[in-house]
Amino acid sequence: MIGSTKINVIVSQIKVLNDLVTCFEFKRTNGGLLPTFSGGAHTIVEMQDGSVLRLNPYSIMSDPFDQARYTISVRRDDQGRGGSLFMHTKVKVGDEMVISYPVNLFSLDLRARKHLFIAGGIGITPFLAQIKQLERSNGYWELHYSTRRPSLGTFVDELLKKYPHKVSPYYDECDQRIELTSLLSGQPLGTHIYICGPKGMIDWVRQEATDFGWPDEAIHFEEFLAPLPGKPFQAKLEISDKVINVGELQSLLEAVELAGVEAPYLCRGGACGQCETSVIEYDGKFIHRDHWLTDDEKTSGLKIMPCVSRFEGKKLVLDR
Amino acid sequence: MVGFKFPESIKSRPVYGTLSVKSGVDHLMIADGEGAEAIIRLAKLNKNFIEKSHIIYIPKHTKSIFVDQLKELMPGQLYLGPSYPASVSRIRQALNNAKMGLQVYLAGTEGLIGQAQNECMSSGVPHTAIQTEHCGSVARRMQCVHCKGITEDVIMDPFICIHCGLNLFIRDHYSRRLAAFQGVCIDAEDPGNVPDAVELYK
Ligand code: FES
Repeated sequence: MIGSTKINVIVSQIKVLNDLVTCFEFKRTNGGLLPTFSGGAHTIVEMQDGSVLRLNPYSIMSDPFDQARYTISVRRDDQGRGGSLFMHTKVKVGDEMVISYPVNLFSLDLRARKHLFIAGGIGITPFLAQIKQLERSNGYWELHYSTRRPSLGTFVDELLKKYPHKVSPYYDECDQRIELTSLLSGQPLGTHIYICGPKGMIDWVRQEATDFGWPDEAIHFEEFLAPLPGKPFQAKLEISDKVINVGELQSLLEAVELAGVEAPYLCRGGACGQCETSVIEYDGKFIHRDHWLTDDEKTSGLKIMPCVSRFEGKKLVLDR
Repeated sequence: MVGFKFPESIKSRPVYGTLSVKSGVDHLMIADGEGAEAIIRLAKLNKNFIEKSHIIYIPKHTKSIFVDQLKELMPGQLYLGPSYPASVSRIRQALNNAKMGLQVYLAGTEGLIGQAQNECMSSGVPHTAIQTEHCGSVARRMQCVHCKGITEDVIMDPFICIHCGLNLFIRDHYSRRLAAFQGVCIDAEDPGNVPDAVELYK
C-alpha cells in the first residue's frame, strides 16, 4: 500500500540542540544502506507509546546522498498529543524503531535558476537537506531564517560558518523581521521561493509573492501540521462494518488503523490529499484542519481528511 | 478582431487564451502582425500598467498599420523589429535584466508565440505562467522530421521542405522545445504520389 513501506532502524545518536529541539539519528537495524532521497522529503516515525501507536512525519535533514543515516529534529510540543514528548523523554540511543520510506511533497524545482528559502523555527529542517543537495551541484540558493531568539536559532551558527554569504538570520525578540518587500522585488527572473514554518509566515510570504506577480509555479511551501488533540468521538466505518472510538490524543486515521482497517496516507499532515475519505452520513460538526480540501468541500460535509481533522457530534459514518 | 478558433486536437497541440492584465512589477509584451491588436486592447482596458511595459513588436506584413497606435499608448519601451531573428537579442536582453514579478504576454502567430515562449522558459519563466493569444495568420513554423530543417510560415499542406526538398505533411504534433510542428514525408512509400496542397483550416 502506498506510504506504508517500512524500514527497521536503530536510534544511533541523540543530540539535544536547545531547550526545545532534539535531533535523532537513525541507522538501519541490519547495518545496510538506507535509500537515497531528495531534499525536502519526510519520513514517518512510528512511536509505540505503551498501547498507543503514533505515526508522525518529520523532514529528513541529513545529506540526501548519505545512505548510512537519516537525521530528524523534533521540537517539543507540550500542548500536543504527546508524540514529540515521547521522542524527547522516552526514546534512548540503541532503541529499535520503525520509519517509513522517504516521501517528498516539498521537492526542489530544479528548473529554477535560483532557490530562495524562507524558514521559520523548526521549519528549517527540510532546507538543511535541500542545501546539501544543492551544494553538490553548485546550485544557487539563499536562506532567510527567522527564529524567536538566538538561543533557539539552532542551526544558525553552523550554517553561518559554512555559508556566510548565503544565510541571513532574524530574531523576533530582537525585533528583526525579514524585509520581504525588498527581498522579493530584487530577485532575478527564474527564482523559486520555498517557505516552511508557522502558518502565519507561510500565508504572509505567499500573499506578498503573489501580489508582486510571482507565478504560483514558483512558490512552494510546506506547513508542519500535527494532529491536534480534541474531544473523543465515535465513527462508523461502513465498508469494514466497524465502529471505532477516537481517543482524545488519537487522530481519526490512527483510530482507523488501530481497528485493523487499511487506510491510505502519505504525509499525515493534511497536505498530500492521500487520506481523503468520503462521509456517508453525519450529525454534528467537522473540525477541518487540512490544507487539502477546498472551502466548499469543507462546508459540504462530504469529505474529511482523517490524518488531521476531527469531528464533534452524534453520528459520523465514513466510506472506509 | 475575433481570433481564429482552432478545432480540438491532440494534447501536444498548443492552446491559446485571451490576454488579461496580471499584477506584476514589469510587463513584457512580444507580438507580431495582428498581435498588436491584442496589446492595444489590453492597454485600453488598463492604462496603469502600460508605463511599466516593454513592447517588442514585429509588424511583418501589417507594416505600419498598428505602429502609430502602439506609440500612442506611450509604453515604457517600444521596440520595432524587422523580423523575429532580428529581435531575439532584444528579447534576451529584456529577460536577462528582468526580475521576478515580470509578467509576459505573447500575441500573434504560432511561430512567434512558440519561439518567444521558449526564450522565456529558458530564462526560468514557467510556461504555464506565460499568457498567450493567437492573432492573425494560422501559418505554422514547421520542422522537417527528416532533415530537422525549419520552414517558417507554412500555410499549405502538404508543403516542400526548403532544406531537403521532401514533400511534408503537416502534423498537429508540436514540440515546445523546438517551438515547431512536425512535418513528415507524405510520399515515402510511393514517391511522387502527393495530394494537392490545401490551405490550413480551409
Ligand atoms: S495523509 Fe496527507 S492529507 Fe492526510
